[in-house]
Amino acid sequence: MNTDYGSAIRLGFQHLLRTRPAVFCIGQGLWSPWYVGNTMTDLEKEFGLQRVIDTPVSELATTGAALGAALAGYRPVVVHPRLDFMLLATDQIVTQAANWSSMFGGQVAVPLTVRAIVNRGGEQGAQHSQALHAWFAHVPGLRVVMPATPADARDLLVSSVLCDDPVLYLDDRWLYDSAEELPDLIERPLRDERPILRHKGNDVTLVGAGYSAALCMKAAARLQEVGVMADVIDLRIINPLDDELIIRSVEKTGRLLAVDGGFASCGLSAEVIARAACQVAPTRWRAAPQRVTLPPAPAPTSSKLELTYYPSAEAVVEATRRLIGIQEEK
Amino acid sequence: MNALGDHHTDPSTLGDLLNPSAYHGDIDTRGRDLAALLDSFEKMLLIRRVEEVIADNVRDGIIRCPCHLAIGQEACAVGVSLALRRGDRSFGAHRSHGHFLALGGSPRALFAEVLGRDTGVSRGMGGSMHLVDRDHGLYGTVPIVGATIPIAVGAALASTLAGDESVAVSFFGDGATEEGAFHESLNLAANLTAPVLFVCENNLFSSHLHIDLRQPRSSTSRFADAQGIAWRRVDGNDVLAVMDAAASLVELARDGSGPVFLELLTYRWRGHVGWRDDDDVGVARKSDLPEWRLRDPIGRLKSGLLSGQSVVAADLEAIESRVRANVTSAWGEALLDPFPAAKSLLDRVFATDTWRRPELSA
Repeated sequence: MNTDYGSAIRLGFQHLLRTRPAVFCIGQGLWSPWYVGNTMTDLEKEFGLQRVIDTPVSELATTGAALGAALAGYRPVVVHPRLDFMLLATDQIVTQAANWSSMFGGQVAVPLTVRAIVNRGGEQGAQHSQALHAWFAHVPGLRVVMPATPADARDLLVSSVLCDDPVLYLDDRWLYDSAEELPDLIERPLRDERPILRHKGNDVTLVGAGYSAALCMKAAARLQEVGVMADVIDLRIINPLDDELIIRSVEKTGRLLAVDGGFASCGLSAEVIARAACQVAPTRWRAAPQRVTLPPAPAPTSSKLELTYYPSAEAVVEATRRLIGIQEEK
Repeated sequence: MNALGDHHTDPSTLGDLLNPSAYHGDIDTRGRDLAALLDSFEKMLLIRRVEEVIADNVRDGIIRCPCHLAIGQEACAVGVSLALRRGDRSFGAHRSHGHFLALGGSPRALFAEVLGRDTGVSRGMGGSMHLVDRDHGLYGTVPIVGATIPIAVGAALASTLAGDESVAVSFFGDGATEEGAFHESLNLAANLTAPVLFVCENNLFSSHLHIDLRQPRSSTSRFADAQGIAWRRVDGNDVLAVMDAAASLVELARDGSGPVFLELLTYRWRGHVGWRDDDDVGVARKSDLPEWRLRDPIGRLKSGLLSGQSVVAADLEAIESRVRANVTSAWGEALLDPFPAAKSLLDRVFATDTWRRPELSA
């Protein structure tokens, strides 16, 4: 039986709340779960209002409070239904949570998970659509997780919450309808999780995380139909970034296309290409690395413009063709 | 809202607390336990002496990290600490040497920390502004203004979830009441009925600006009043008044009444940061500082002890000498301590295998 991405997240929460008394959830809209799609429906009915806490409109204080509870022995998950609003809590995430272990000489750990949802399209515009994962992946001490599949949506949530470090877990509304059969849930330490090769090929390396990894998979299937075989690397965790699989793949294919739903400048695609440029010998490259990202502009509202604005599987296919030097198919 | 019998009942104005010529008299120690009084006296002396040593060494360039001294504000930290018990969790800010020492922290470990040594309270990674001492209930001090206020609310939420009657304490200054984090936190704490004691040490200055230039009213209790949070406001340089007010508020919080707020009117003798008096800064500081110095929390307790208890000057001088000697030797030891190894830059970025896991962790 297939389970969709949103339901898989809910299974992760259910597992955590059932098996770990130290876990609780706090954030806006948790008692009206339409805020968060189908990912937390009725959890407050199953686990009580003390463990699924809806809050005043205070992103900063709510995130700080979750951090404080983490210091006192709990494993809170603070939920921000849109990443844009989470930015109001940036001090608590970046300057507080991420710094505390190092700043206090390793005597303090912060088992805090911040979950934010990237939610785009639907003419929501510039302040409801931002995918700013790269900002947070810049910060030492903060693990940033971007699940691309239903199984990862469930399992990486569990791993994030059981991790002793602050974790930013970013799920993507555009993945909520994707579905697959879920394997049995096995708890795995987040620090042992690595990027995964989702599709195998010798012609080109496609790299993405979250929704962009899903785009790469779609593109790889279409490329295969025209005889182009791609390695698709789903990063899964973008900070700290494990680049071993990228390097090995690019050494084999000689071609790299980084796909990211964020901006190009100083973004995740820039980091992926920089890692490869620094570590793959010049003689191995068959073409200069390329990327598919958002244009350098805030998100539009008009749906016509949205079609142009967001990267698509077609755009990934087209960029790959250009990278390889294949002419438009007739 | 209720001011719990405080004689200052208007939450907006500080009244005679704002007059630097008032509150110069002896602390009334009659009927109080002498041993406890002497302990408070010694703790305040310790804070002052430690900070004087830090000030001298900042001046001499031996200490390089930014140090924000609380000389003159010792009664706030000591008075509140007397209302707490094991299991309570306190959070501070940039000016928190006093909180650390009042809660029982080691002067040697504080000295080592401001010297950047591996034996420091934060293993030499924090300096003056980032102190932690969980064994004594200090869960963290940070210099981003207002940042630990919501964190303390969360620690209080943990107390509620655990049902263990512990409380959280958030120490901050009047400047922090201008941050959004403060206002969000008061509302959230009230909403969650979280047992947190908010302690505003109102020393009238945020770095260089007097509160009159920053807020339409000089009393910060009005914010608690507006949120329906029980509050008290007392002379922050009277350790007994601070202790009594803190104890009554903490009792309310432990009993499940939710957050409580304590405003302590005090004055820092030194500048915002560093060893100088900064008497060239702000409104009337140069003319007022000598008057404020007469509201000395230590001097007033000392004369109160002599007038209200059966002690003689020699008893108190013996304590002074002991504190002085202990502080001198702690400083000497810290100076010999090693610096952190280079690997400590990278091996503590994420949780170490050796951090002490709180009991509740799954």
